[in-house]
Amino acid sequence: MEPERTFSDYLRSFSEGASPLDFMLVYDHLDRFFYGALVTLELTFLALALGGLLAIPMAIARAYKTPFLNPAIWGFTYLFRGTPLLVQLYLIYYGLGQFETVRESFLWDPLLSSPWWCVLIAFVLNSSAYTTEFLRGAIETTPAGEIEAAKACGMSPFTRMRLVVLPSAFRRALPAYSNEVIFTIHGSAIASLVTVQDLLGAGRWLNGRYYLAYEGFVTAMVFYMVIVFIITRIFKLAEKRYLRHLRARDTADPPALVAQP
Amino acid sequence: MDTVFEYREVIISGTLVTISLAILSLLLSILCGLAGAFLKMSQSRALQKVGNAYTTLIRSVPELVLMMLIFYGGQVALNNLGAATGLWDYIEINQFVAGVLTLGFIFGAYMAETFRGAILAIPKGQLEAAIAAGMSPYKVFTVVTWPQMVRYALPSFANNWLVLVKSTALVSVIGLHDLVWNAVAAGRSVQQLFSFMIAVLLIYLVITAISDVALRWVERRYSAGMVRG
Repeated sequence: MEPERTFSDYLRSFSEGASPLDFMLVYDHLDRFFYGALVTLELTFLALALGGLLAIPMAIARAYKTPFLNPAIWGFTYLFRGTPLLVQLYLIYYGLGQFETVRESFLWDPLLSSPWWCVLIAFVLNSSAYTTEFLRGAIETTPAGEIEAAKACGMSPFTRMRLVVLPSAFRRALPAYSNEVIFTIHGSAIASLVTVQDLLGAGRWLNGRYYLAYEGFVTAMVFYMVIVFIITRIFKLAEKRYLRHLRARDTADPPALVAQP
Repeated sequence: MDTVFEYREVIISGTLVTISLAILSLLLSILCGLAGAFLKMSQSRALQKVGNAYTTLIRSVPELVLMMLIFYGGQVALNNLGAATGLWDYIEINQFVAGVLTLGFIFGAYMAETFRGAILAIPKGQLEAAIAAGMSPYKVFTVVTWPQMVRYALPSFANNWLVLVKSTALVSVIGLHDLVWNAVAAGRSVQQLFSFMIAVLLIYLVITAISDVALRWVERRYSAGMVRG
């Protein structure tokens, strides 16, 4: 009787035989890739969450043309949107050490000398700049009628912002936000350039350790694709739920009228 | 900043490399984008699948991962192929060529979506009218499709260009002596990376600002005769 072959036996014989890629090696080090994926997701999530929190007040200040703040925030977003994330990261990680005062300050030891924190700071600033601009667009396109109605109900400016303007702006910003999430995941790959062991870092480690050309990068690529695919799906579902009122109605098949008693 | 000025020659030569890299990648991405758009809109199911695979695959993976895969993996693949067929000896891919190929190929996927959207936005009746008026397919493309396609595609095209310019910084990672690489090398040698990085940021801002003005001019030109709402 033929002995039963396990999955790893199969993988081994396939890797040693016809396959151009050594799947066995990838399989043996899969834990590193999962750990790297965790680091990538963690950085992305924190960058988006903190960047989003910073972006909300900045977007409001931009949308309502607050004096002094508006031009200052415009300068900030223009700088961070008009330049490569890589250079921003280098500026923070390599650049800040140029100054004696920074190196001797209380922030140096726990924060600014650690690659992980520098990456996070760069990502938060970058993400908040992009988020500010599309959120500003969403706030500015709030229908005038909604604001008039809120005023007519006697809402204070703060209540109006909290209950009317922001919820509807968040909905309108949802498609742009899904792009921002994917952009942040893609951007996070540069974290591996300053020694953070993210997904790409795991791929580069594998290639460097075994002197390979494809395996590590291909595996990292597959992981990124799966992550982006799942996130795109989640946003599709969210749009279906929260932008239901904006969907084109199917005129060919109108809903049955409710029978009048 | 005085030191940065002393190193101006390195910075300027790096800037020229960055700009030529961006322009050549843009040209390649336009070609890849047109090919991708035609694949996606072709009658054949198989070709549509190829086009869709190209655009979805490329757009779901970070540029840096693809760049490293193409640069390091492509090098090995090319040499293995050369050894197997005996057609060429060991070759080393030049970083500039690798950068142009990678960026052009990646942004071609984004351009394909841009062009497809623009072609679909042209009212079908116009194409039918052009054919009915006896125009050849070439004439239809140059007189009817192209001028309108450019107008519809421009906003998204401009966006792709700005993202492409910023992505050129990544090519420094595979060792191309572009603006970023030169500035990091010079900044390291004099221990003033902050000043050098600020200079790099400013140069990128200038490139972006000039592109903004140029693209706005093109947009005005191609919307001549359009009634603005």
